[in-house]
Amino acid sequence: MKPVERPLELFFAEPAVRPGAEPDFSGLDLPAAGSLRRPPVDSPAEEMRDMAFGLIRLLDDDGQAVGPWADTLDLDDAARMSGLRHMMTLRAYDARMLLAQRQQKTSFYMQHLGEEAISCAFHLALRSGDMNFPTYRQAGLLIASGYPMATMMCQVYGNDGDPVRGRQLPVFYSSKSHGFFSISGNLGTQYVQAVGWAMGSALSGDDKIAAAWIGDGSTAESDFHAALVFASGYRVPVVLNIVNNQWAISTFQGLARGGAGTFAARGLGFGIPALRVDGNDYLAVVAAARWASERARRSLGPTLIEYVTYRVAGHSTSDDPSAYRPSGESACWPLGDPLMRLKQHLIARGLWSEDRHVQAEAEIMGEVQAAQKEAEQIGTLHSGRRPSPAEMFNDVYAEMPPHLRRQRQLAGY
Amino acid sequence: MPATTMIDAIRDALDVALTDDPTVTVFGQDVGYFGGVFRCTAGLQKKHGIDRCFDTPISELGIVGVAIGMAAYGRKPVVEIQFADYMYPAYDQIVSEAARLRYRTAGEFTCPIVIRMPTGGGIFGAQTHSQSPEALFTHVTGLKVVMPSNPIDAKGLLLSAIDDPDPVIFLEPKRLYNGPFDGHHDRPVSPWRTHPMGEAPLGRYLVPLGQAAIRRKGAALTVLAYGTMVHVALAAVEETAIDAEVIDLRTLLPLDLETIVASVRKTGRCVVVHEATLTSGFGAELAALVQAECFWHLHAPVERVAGWDTPYPHTNEWDYFPGPARVAAACRRVLEVQ
Repeated sequence: MKPVERPLELFFAEPAVRPGAEPDFSGLDLPAAGSLRRPPVDSPAEEMRDMAFGLIRLLDDDGQAVGPWADTLDLDDAARMSGLRHMMTLRAYDARMLLAQRQQKTSFYMQHLGEEAISCAFHLALRSGDMNFPTYRQAGLLIASGYPMATMMCQVYGNDGDPVRGRQLPVFYSSKSHGFFSISGNLGTQYVQAVGWAMGSALSGDDKIAAAWIGDGSTAESDFHAALVFASGYRVPVVLNIVNNQWAISTFQGLARGGAGTFAARGLGFGIPALRVDGNDYLAVVAAARWASERARRSLGPTLIEYVTYRVAGHSTSDDPSAYRPSGESACWPLGDPLMRLKQHLIARGLWSEDRHVQAEAEIMGEVQAAQKEAEQIGTLHSGRRPSPAEMFNDVYAEMPPHLRRQRQLAGY
Repeated sequence: MPATTMIDAIRDALDVALTDDPTVTVFGQDVGYFGGVFRCTAGLQKKHGIDRCFDTPISELGIVGVAIGMAAYGRKPVVEIQFADYMYPAYDQIVSEAARLRYRTAGEFTCPIVIRMPTGGGIFGAQTHSQSPEALFTHVTGLKVVMPSNPIDAKGLLLSAIDDPDPVIFLEPKRLYNGPFDGHHDRPVSPWRTHPMGEAPLGRYLVPLGQAAIRRKGAALTVLAYGTMVHVALAAVEETAIDAEVIDLRTLLPLDLETIVASVRKTGRCVVVHEATLTSGFGAELAALVQAECFWHLHAPVERVAGWDTPYPHTNEWDYFPGPARVAAACRRVLEVQ
């Protein structure tokens, strides 16, 4: 008998809920803090498949750091306290720059709200001379490395203090000395460049490593695949970071995976050991990042790390997330607020208090406002001192070719 | 032994660069152990080591993306895309990244890479082994674009490209790899060793980027050409006994406008020749520059001889390729205008 045939159909991955519905994170499997093992750094990828599907978490609900990753975490109290301070600074900086954009002092801004732990903590895994290849949402790397905040603001304003001379969109920072590679608007491109940088280091007999950064959505770009092929093939000393904040502008993270597996699991097919980490757990990020950077430094090859977090704010100042997700969704995010969780840990450890926190918030806001004043004394997008239009023609090439000289003259400079 | 083919000249340039500069790193598909599908890297891995000349996975964007990162680290990657027809997966990395890195960081990060790619037709390569995509690079600010037409230039230009602090697209007309080709496909091809530009000297020498070469002095009209079409143009003017000045541009970006303008102001007539398709091809830029700079000296409209606006065909190669007859006809038309 002829089987009953149905017309072919496609699967369209969709988020669990849309605006107007109750937030639902029941699909997110949350293992208890401390429940995942800590394999030796020289473990082959095929012997640690569990790490790509579990979740490395150190901080439990009481703010205690527990389990094998916490037990081996060499992080003194001062470092834990400055971790909190870095996250608070990044949040305060974001708040002020968001306001500055609304006041039309700049054209555009992108916040880190809810993702502060990842870039602030990852900084602790790198040494001076190592190089990050960040996206537009890892400014915590700059904050934690002591990069001058007034200079960051000058970049956002595109004023005469902007190191990249008003040529890039706001938040597209660049600092070689702080291990922060130039940000590009083209997504994913830097992921494979990080691999090349680390290959250059290894070919030169250097001891420097690179860190690549990408969001969940951009893993769908071909550059992600190319980076993994090269990183795996040449056993490149690079840490391949994926920040899974659940949202790529309006599309939910499952779309980039076709709804299957985890982002960390993508590493396994390339023979790359992969860790999946609670991205809102500052200590978990430090522990995983150090594990991966040690692998890289010992020429054991690359590591893929997926940080599970949530993009609390809109994608950018040009985005309104209430158009595509429930407005209360961030408040229901099961991994909480990275800043509050580290704060609770410090209080539980007897290092911090609610009073000191309030005091620190005021201090930090004072620092941010002082930096803002310093930057605005130079100028904002529409006022004050801007780079000379003559500078538009510089740095296209090392030496200005004749046709550009003519155009500069034609422009009147 | 001096290099007596363009292949040898390119390999020799790479050998010199690898020897002189420990940061030079050569890689691409099949370029390592095997020595390249056109033999341009033969023996380099054996001589300089696998860490200086190695094979890559088949990923053009990976090859170029990795090269950009490696250059940002401080090395000097000289990479190969097996055919210019296959550069498109790397186009984002070339345009958005390599070309812009210096500008967008105000010089903090730079991208001194060379991307070699065999280009051009005349070899029955059909759609995906014959393209001339130079206009897709000359339109990109921040790139330099070079195309040699003979072994002496190939070696000297490649060494200049490797020394250059900016990203260079180095287009190698594969039709010229083993000998000059004037478009007469029905005649036997002579080897490079019988050509005055066919033997590249030993050791290091530089042919500067941004300088054209006058291949034939003349007074009646100016022919602007590069790559294979230089030889086609020379054949066309010799066969028609037209006293044309033939200029080999060598570098398309930045362009040697001075040499072009001086010639056209002298001759008053100009024919632009390239293999690439006509519409929005590099010839359009040349024609526009010539009319702007030489308007009062021109006696006739600038003519363009180019590939037809079709994909490169297989069977009808010689109906497509702008051979000496088409170049000669254009020269005659330009001379007829009084």
